[in-house]
Amino acid sequence: MARDTNSTSTEFYRKKNKEEMKYQLVTFAAMIVFTLVSFGLVIGEFHPMFTIPVIILLACVQVAFQLYYFMHMNHKGHGLPALFLYSGVFVAILTILAMVTIVWW
Amino acid sequence: MSAEELKQLKPGQSPHEPEKATLEGKNKFLGFWFFLGGETVLFASLFGTYLALKDSNLDGKPAEELFGLELVFIMTMILLTSSLTSVYAIYHMKNLDFQKMQLWMGITVLLGLSFLGLEIFEFYEYVHHDGHTFTSSAFGSAFYTLVGFHGAHVAFGLLWIVTLMVRNARRGLNLYNAPKYYVASLYWHFIDVVWVFIFTVVYLMGKVG
Repeated sequence: MARDTNSTSTEFYRKKNKEEMKYQLVTFAAMIVFTLVSFGLVIGEFHPMFTIPVIILLACVQVAFQLYYFMHMNHKGHGLPALFLYSGVFVAILTILAMVTIVWW
Repeated sequence: MSAEELKQLKPGQSPHEPEKATLEGKNKFLGFWFFLGGETVLFASLFGTYLALKDSNLDGKPAEELFGLELVFIMTMILLTSSLTSVYAIYHMKNLDFQKMQLWMGITVLLGLSFLGLEIFEFYEYVHHDGHTFTSSAFGSAFYTLVGFHGAHVAFGLLWIVTLMVRNARRGLNLYNAPKYYVASLYWHFIDVVWVFIFTVVYLMGKVG
């Protein structure tokens, strides 16, 4: 009986892992597309005031995909990792702002 | 580590998340994310420095003339693909399939090595053909510190993964080494995260001017 339960749950998790792998592949395809669009915008020489915000936005989305799908932050039990990471991001933004505005002004 | 932790895991057995099955594994997981928060700040300070100093190129070539997009595009695709292959490795780890996990980790290492080779080639070209060196201008210093630091992370990540693969080749997967593989794959993804900002902020924005 115990054996049966175990093999059923193994089967269940196998399927679940496979399901997740499908999402990972979609994520990967999306990341390739974002990269192509970014390079395309720069090669196509659009106006910098348009290109720069768009490629930065695309980079942020791509990184979010990486973090939430590839690094599993969409799974349960990632509250503390999110806290650690976003604290880091907060300090990172302050650091970059300070350096580009006042440090070497 | 206990004998229980060292017992080899085989496909079809439980647990399905071997990386978090022990307290040590859970602690490694949390500690590593804390470290990644710190790494974010470290790279932010290098990005900030680069953004502030990128136009201080003295009489050297400016970014638009220096950078070529072909090589950067190939490097980006290689690193992005290596991120996917390490996802495959962790997929097989969750199914407790050690051989397949090692195989995909091995592919990740090969992709990482080719990335590193291309980066070395790129730096060599800058130094020998463009006179763009670490000491040629503030732009040069900021560029090599930022991109070089990322390259050093790649090199360290490769050493780390190769060490894990060799050390555990005959042990197979167990509750003691599963967290180590998991954390190494997180590190590898983080390297790709940093590269996404490097190719956008340094190369693409450099080309736009």
